[in-house]
Amino acid sequence: MPTTPLDGCLLLIAAWGVIGLAGLVRPHSIKIVGHVLFPLSALCGLALAAIAVRGINAPASHVVLLIGLPDLPLHLRCDSLSCLFLMLLGAATTGISLFAGGYFRQGHGAAPGLLCLQYHIFLASMGCVLLADDAYAFMVAWELMALSSYFLVTTQHRLAEIRRAGFLYLLIAHLGALAILLSFGVLQGGSWQFTFDSMRAAHLSPPWSTVAFMLALLGFGAKAGLVPLHVWLPEAHPAAPSPVSALMSGVMLKTAIYGVLRVTFDLLGTPPWWWGLVALAIGLASAFYGVIFTAVQNDMKRLLAWSSIENIGIIFAGLGLAIIFHGFGMSALAALALIASLYHCLNHACMKSLLFLGTGAVLHATGERNLGKLGGLIHRMPWVAWPTLIGALAIAGLPPLNGFVSEWLLLQAFLFAGDVPRAFVDMLLPVGAAIVALCTALAGYAMVKFYGIIFLGQPREPGLAQAQDAGLLERLGLVWLAAGCVALGVLPVQVISLLNTVSRGLLGASLADPAAHWWLLAPAAARGASYGPLVFLVIAALVIVLTLLGVRMFYHRRARRAPAWDCGFVRIDARMQDSAEGFGQPIRHIFQPFFLIERELPSAFDHLPRYRMAVTDRIWRYGYEPVGQLVRRVAELVTVLQQGRISTYLLYSFVTLLVLLALVL
Amino acid sequence: MVHIPLLLQLVNACAAGLLLLSFAMLSQRRVVTLVYLLATQGALLCLATFLLAWRTNQHHLYISAALTLSLKVLFLPWLLHRLIRRLGVYWDTEPLLNSSVTMLLGLLIVVFAFGLAQPIAALSSTAARSTIGIAIAVILLAFMMMITRRKAMSQVIGFLSMENGLFFGAMSATYGMPLVVELGVALDVLVAMLVLGVFFFQIREQFDSLDLHHLESLKEKP
Repeated sequence: MPTTPLDGCLLLIAAWGVIGLAGLVRPHSIKIVGHVLFPLSALCGLALAAIAVRGINAPASHVVLLIGLPDLPLHLRCDSLSCLFLMLLGAATTGISLFAGGYFRQGHGAAPGLLCLQYHIFLASMGCVLLADDAYAFMVAWELMALSSYFLVTTQHRLAEIRRAGFLYLLIAHLGALAILLSFGVLQGGSWQFTFDSMRAAHLSPPWSTVAFMLALLGFGAKAGLVPLHVWLPEAHPAAPSPVSALMSGVMLKTAIYGVLRVTFDLLGTPPWWWGLVALAIGLASAFYGVIFTAVQNDMKRLLAWSSIENIGIIFAGLGLAIIFHGFGMSALAALALIASLYHCLNHACMKSLLFLGTGAVLHATGERNLGKLGGLIHRMPWVAWPTLIGALAIAGLPPLNGFVSEWLLLQAFLFAGDVPRAFVDMLLPVGAAIVALCTALAGYAMVKFYGIIFLGQPREPGLAQAQDAGLLERLGLVWLAAGCVALGVLPVQVISLLNTVSRGLLGASLADPAAHWWLLAPAAARGASYGPLVFLVIAALVIVLTLLGVRMFYHRRARRAPAWDCGFVRIDARMQDSAEGFGQPIRHIFQPFFLIERELPSAFDHLPRYRMAVTDRIWRYGYEPVGQLVRRVAELVTVLQQGRISTYLLYSFVTLLVLLALVL
Repeated sequence: MVHIPLLLQLVNACAAGLLLLSFAMLSQRRVVTLVYLLATQGALLCLATFLLAWRTNQHHLYISAALTLSLKVLFLPWLLHRLIRRLGVYWDTEPLLNSSVTMLLGLLIVVFAFGLAQPIAALSSTAARSTIGIAIAVILLAFMMMITRRKAMSQVIGFLSMENGLFFGAMSATYGMPLVVELGVALDVLVAMLVLGVFFFQIREQFDSLDLHHLESLKEKP
């Protein structure tokens, strides 16, 4: 019987490994892989979440595993921060694994059993990242995570564009890993001990700790998808199978947040306030950049990927705010900002996984990712449409769902910051609040587009009429995550009491005792703002029910289904509906300087007019392409060495040998 | 005048023979003769090892000598000979550098090798330390032979000769490598030889020739 949460977590992570290996026994059997192994993995996830919830309030526990390289045992540690993210991992995995059990079928490139192995290695490595307590264990798990997810992204490796997306992902992941490695190298502070304990004990001079922080921000930012290292996200997410996108976006990005928190608050200790300003600026830039691109996407998974960039930006903005307040000694506000940010991590894990799974179900049923070829699916696929609606409303930040809570908390943190000692910070923070509000509003806009175009209106293609609703396992997964969104939205006080423990561990401060009213969230009671989601829910439900009843009472009681009124037109068909491009047009127009738009307008005399438009990223054109060209040019210079003659190659070795020998002489 | 025991004088004579054979291989263009030269080099190496083992009572050197005899004097030359007959390669084409230039470069390399060996010999305490320079020269000359030849077969012979030099160097500097390493190296050479044998047939299948310049077409076009 496991005694500490750490033992339990390790056991479950090992169980994931075993489940993954079991997939290889009969790799082509859907019955075993899909209907037995993936549900088992979901059970493990559920157990992990349960253990982790208990672990948040338990004292930290260590263990040293004697595996790995000689003289380098793996140090593992489980404290409240790890437990919080393990809970996130477990809870999100429960839904995603259930869904994946119904999703992976034959003909997806790799065999289901192989996918099962890669998937579970991915899960287990994420768990190990969260538990690692020395740099070696962390880096090994981190790289394992990157590699296993790379193989999952390139499941359909026969398509050139998917290989390209995978390569881009691997490239940026390695860039990030390099920065993290260097950051750990700085953090050890001359002791050459790479356990996190000795890093906590090391006292770095301010310039060096700044270097460590910046490297960590770069490294983890690359994984999280902060601007300008976000380019892999919109490529990798559409390429990966949907449960994998859900896992990557919902959980893997959060491990990067965990890493930043671990380095900043735990290993470095007391961050100066201006680091927070950097994180805040990058976070807000990512949020803004992400959301305007979300609004103009036509591919549903790419849209969600950009939306992930936005949400990660918001999380980093909260983190930056927490660092600023912490640096100025305003502990209550720092705790508020940190909790907002952590809360948003949980929320994003739930809702983004849900939406990705929803797109997966749509993709399976219709074979279409392009918004312009979908529509009206709510009648065909109610089991997908309703949970996705909850996710879309949540991510748009509508009460009483979860997205509202964290964004509200974050805005509270911005708005209460009245007395920051630096005047210019004081002036900048309201601007930050405005950007967050703008992002939330635009996210709402993008979600109306996402949901409206896919599920509402009339089908834009005749084939959509045959769309099949999701199977049982897929439904279970979707409903689980939708329930998570509702629960996180309705019970914020309970969630925050968990987050308070984490905040106490990291900042030494927490919000005022939230248990005073179990239904009313009042983060800064003295200032007056409070939020009771249950009250809101009850009132909203009452209004709806009363209105319905009233309408039924006062009008005739006969309800019938008829085509929508066509305003007197002779004929109204699917092509007259608002299209994805059309819906995004205002945003494209307003934020034109940020986009690189290519448009092909048809000529007036074309009898088959075609309109094509592509919106691309300026950062890619002006940031990445020059670097790529430079590398190519250097590589061409190097190819002069490649003569293709064995004699020449031998001569290179010979001359090198002679030079080296002459040097030792 | 320093008195050198007879056995060591014999070892030195073997070393001189090795160097001479290396030069012979550098200039020889008949492939069959190259194989004979290689076998002779192996035999001299075997003799030197045996003499050194006798002189110093290092028992594992006897095993090395036996290994050299069976592998480098008998088996590999036989294998090469058979390959030559089956592939019909008797002559290497004109080397990339003409032989007189190669010889002159070879002389420079020997000077370099002796210069290099001096500090190593000063550190070493073995009986045969004066021959380290020759061992290095043999290695480098074999390397040079690989560079200047066009036929895959001559390059393999160069490779084997280089291995002879390494073996001799290890013996004269430290009485041979540990036996495990030596066995491993012997096995490596054997396997490399077998792989290359298969490789020859493949090259010939592809290009109807063993001339290596055909492999240049494998280069990536810019």
